[in-house]
Amino acid sequence: MTPHPAPEAGPFLGKLSLDALPLHEPILVVTFAIVVIGGLGVLAAITKYRLWGWLWRDWFTTVDHKRIGIMYMILGLIMFLRGFADAIMMRLQQVWAFNGSEGYLNAHHYDQVFTAHGVIMIFFVAMPFITGLMNYMVPLQIGARDVSFPFLNNFSFWMTTAGAVLCMISLFIGEFAQTGWLAYPPLSGIAYSPNVGVDYYIWSLQIAGVGTTLSGINLIVTILKLRAPGMGLMKMPVFTWTSLCSNILIVASFPILTATLVLLSLDRYIGTNFFTNDLGGSPMMYVNLIWIWGHPEVYILILPLFGVFSEVTSTFSGKKLFGYTSMVYATVVITILSYIVWLHHFFTMGSGASVNSFFGITTMVISIPTGAKLFNWLFTMYRGRIRFELPMMWTIAFMLTFVVGGMTGVLLAVPPADFVLHNSLFLIAHFHNVIIGGVLFGLFAAINYWWPKAFGFKLDVFWGKISFWCWVVGFWLAFMPLYILGLMGVTRRMRVFDDPSLQIWFAIAAFGALVIAAGIGAMLVQFAVSIWKRKELVDESGDPWNGRTLEWATSSPPPDYNFAFTPVIHDLDAWYDMKKRGHQRPVGGFRDIHMPSNTGAGIILAGFSLVMGFALVWHIWWLAAVSFAATVFGAIYHTFNYKRDFHIPAATVVEVEDARTRQLAAGA
Amino acid sequence: MSATTITTADEPVQFYDLDEHAHPEGHSTMLGFWIYLMSDCLIFAILFACFGVLGGNYAAGPAPKDLFDLNLIALNTAMLLFSSITYGFAVLQMQQGNVRGTQIWLAVTGLFGLGFLGIELYEFHHLIEIGATPQRSAFLSSFFTLVGTHGLHVTFGVIWLVTLMVQLGKHGLIAANKRRVMCLSMFWHFLDVIWIGVFTIVYLMGVLR
Repeated sequence: MTPHPAPEAGPFLGKLSLDALPLHEPILVVTFAIVVIGGLGVLAAITKYRLWGWLWRDWFTTVDHKRIGIMYMILGLIMFLRGFADAIMMRLQQVWAFNGSEGYLNAHHYDQVFTAHGVIMIFFVAMPFITGLMNYMVPLQIGARDVSFPFLNNFSFWMTTAGAVLCMISLFIGEFAQTGWLAYPPLSGIAYSPNVGVDYYIWSLQIAGVGTTLSGINLIVTILKLRAPGMGLMKMPVFTWTSLCSNILIVASFPILTATLVLLSLDRYIGTNFFTNDLGGSPMMYVNLIWIWGHPEVYILILPLFGVFSEVTSTFSGKKLFGYTSMVYATVVITILSYIVWLHHFFTMGSGASVNSFFGITTMVISIPTGAKLFNWLFTMYRGRIRFELPMMWTIAFMLTFVVGGMTGVLLAVPPADFVLHNSLFLIAHFHNVIIGGVLFGLFAAINYWWPKAFGFKLDVFWGKISFWCWVVGFWLAFMPLYILGLMGVTRRMRVFDDPSLQIWFAIAAFGALVIAAGIGAMLVQFAVSIWKRKELVDESGDPWNGRTLEWATSSPPPDYNFAFTPVIHDLDAWYDMKKRGHQRPVGGFRDIHMPSNTGAGIILAGFSLVMGFALVWHIWWLAAVSFAATVFGAIYHTFNYKRDFHIPAATVVEVEDARTRQLAAGA
Repeated sequence: MSATTITTADEPVQFYDLDEHAHPEGHSTMLGFWIYLMSDCLIFAILFACFGVLGGNYAAGPAPKDLFDLNLIALNTAMLLFSSITYGFAVLQMQQGNVRGTQIWLAVTGLFGLGFLGIELYEFHHLIEIGATPQRSAFLSSFFTLVGTHGLHVTFGVIWLVTLMVQLGKHGLIAANKRRVMCLSMFWHFLDVIWIGVFTIVYLMGVLR
């Protein structure tokens, strides 16, 4: 089925009309019905239990880095379910569409599904997850009370959410891009994608990109300026180090994405010729620019998780991390090298042997610091007293899985091999191998590791193990067949297949995806069961794993102000050092604590931006102008608010800390 | 590292800062703003790179030689450079604690900024009128986008400047306002630096091309 022709733009609603509703797609209609019913149910429950005020006061307007971190994690989880639904749909289509069958998805829908899957998994799953982790943990690890710019933090979160919401709106009003997740022109140009799909893509990424960049700036400044006294850079926990490098990469690469998407939108909206085929435009310019952002992006995602693995390995081996210094240098080297490898994504562009050799070699060189990290983790475990708790299990699964992904990556880095494997399912298998095996396994390690810190009780081990085994086995079942298919020459993004001998591999992959689905289900059950049994799983100590870094030095969950007195750092693994030398937790002499105040400005401004994005997608110019003006004047109005902080009175601090003292005494 | 731990193990060690003072308000703002400026600088870097790659693709249309009036651009450049000097005067007045003087020099800066924008709009209007539109060729697309993005930044700078003058009028030279004056100062000088690049690479080298 061909997409309907671009409708004429009216003055009041732009290109928007009732035709934009995908009523001819039963899958979408049913999904929409479920979302509406589910959404109304949630809203009704919130209203019935009178939770709106609580939500607004304690969550939506909060500037507390911990609550914002949790909200990021929830956003990531919700979007993960959407992105995974897309994945299952693709697996089902590909195993179905053999022997003359067209499968169950038409090309117009299928192309949106694979585009949305990539966009959502990277921008609205992986990014919120890592941002959430960094938001929650970095200030605690450096002994700070909040981030440097608490309001900006709230605003960043809501901009990311606004981008995600705009992306989700495209499911039910209009369509999403059918271009693949990076929207290469000329396909994404107005000549070949005349409808709103690419515009949804552009504006959801632009709005979310503002949030990502600002939160990157915020965390860099936080790490550089708010470390507790005594914590020199080389005494920072490794997770904080990798977060610093990841945020530097964010600030040094997201503006490139912003600029590139601006140029693409100019091409689409006013007919400039940056990436067109005629009048001097160069589509390959776009491919270069998008990957100058895109390659650092994958390191943005993986670096914080390298930090998580370091913390977990060291904690659960009961040893300090082997080779801390080399770990830091490896991280910094990866940060730098990630900028000079982007061309390996398109060796086949024909840049010539010298250029391809350069980028092939730099790509292979990255495996050296990454290998150094793996050896550091192995040597940390060597002669350690390893506790096979869930975070450690995920870490070991990561080591075994990621190494394979890394090696196929080195294989792809050889330009002649890449000419054979470019855009094949081998590539798909490779990057899922590193992103699932690295980023997702790392996130699951982190969630199992830090959940008790955030909520005060551990996660259920039984369901955690079921989830673990389903994920790991499911991953191997789902992606090893893709390596084989890729080597046989099957290209990515295919909807229908002619050769029946391939079907068995797709069947195995689809089965693997179902096993992963069971893993996801088990994880949701794990969360539910743990909340249900929170009394049994409770941790009073604040330090359930015998941790080594400062986040374990305070209660779980930490009080609003994190630390009643700022810790003073003498050694790496500051909390371990404090425990070893028998520190005394201060029980008196508390003072007023200076804290930032909540504000609704972030959610309101992000709301205006969302309206503006929607208006621009549909060419509703008056609404775009009004919402743009509202955003600007709203921001200016916010700058007239000079009272942005308050003091938690000493009496309150005494109350909280006394309760903590009693809790510790009861636990001991 | 372990050696130092052992030697200090027996001595009493302070593990908490019992006599701490809150971080002074806005103590990280300057660093944060610097990093923001660098991210903005990257956007310009991409636009310059596009101009570098596409700037020679005239598509049988007009070239810089046919379009640019260097005298006008020199005047425009002077406007922006003078505005940076006058901003410097505003900062000097601020350091002497003179609200009125700060506001006056900010106003002068804003007028120079508006003069710059006026000349730029006149130039754009003229180019479009003679058919050198952003749609005409990749060269003109990248030209209008690079110069226009700089112009948009100046526009926002002027809006910020007016806002700041109102805030100075309301609250005087309190610490928060001083910080804002310094941030806008960095922003304004940053735009000046970008313009030097535009003037050199787009206009001077363009005419030579």
